[in-house]
Amino acid sequence: MELQYKIQGGNFNRAGYASSEVKKVLKQLNVDPKVIKRIVVSLYEGEVNIVAHAFNGVITVDIDTEKIKILLKDSGPGIADIEKAMELGYSTASPTVREMGFGAGMGLANMKKNTDSMTISSKVDVGTEVILINYLNL
Amino acid sequence: MELKTIVQEIEGTVICGHNLLQNQVEYAFASDLMSDVLTVEKDDILLITGLANVQAIRTAEMADIRFIIFARGKKISDEIVQLALENNMVIITSDFSMFRVSGVLFKLGIKPLF
Repeated sequence: MELQYKIQGGNFNRAGYASSEVKKVLKQLNVDPKVIKRIVVSLYEGEVNIVAHAFNGVITVDIDTEKIKILLKDSGPGIADIEKAMELGYSTASPTVREMGFGAGMGLANMKKNTDSMTISSKVDVGTEVILINYLNL
Repeated sequence: MELKTIVQEIEGTVICGHNLLQNQVEYAFASDLMSDVLTVEKDDILLITGLANVQAIRTAEMADIRFIIFARGKKISDEIVQLALENNMVIITSDFSMFRVSGVLFKLGIKPLF
């Protein structure tokens, strides 16, 4: 099963819509609630990252009987130093993002904690790609 | 402790989820930082926050939190209520500050997570 969502940078009112839809699908598939929570927490942090930092993005979700693979691909400023971005507390978020309750430099670390495998690649002034894989233990 | 009792103790107003007030709450967490809320592994906790926007509800949705207190008399938008209703959540507002709400609930025996 493949699902795809377009994400608009800066549109905080809609941030979380894709994660919410994916959560509904996983519930319908009877995935363990603990596994669902890990998946949607990491996806939501990623979705908020696109809204907070990029111009636009696409989230592609691939679900099979064994695992869920989520590709978050955006066009935006990219991440200059991925290692630094992974550090707890490091953030380049704007005051607007902070007003929304994010931007404390916890997102990427929390995404990693909640996924079985996470890879990030990024090009400055082009964009960022994040792949999240979680096993469903069905 | 029953949510109904909590509402009384913090002189709260129930905005939505009146039918869920018989639910019991054992643990609470207070934060305005949603990334902090997203690190909470325990389900069915009570969230106390001053951040009255849609992201607070989305965060609660992802973190499997159904009970939220908005402190310090925050205005709750129709959008927040709509999203909360879709997710079967209880929204309570209180004029008390986050500190006071937390203090009252702590004194009543609601447990902290950390």
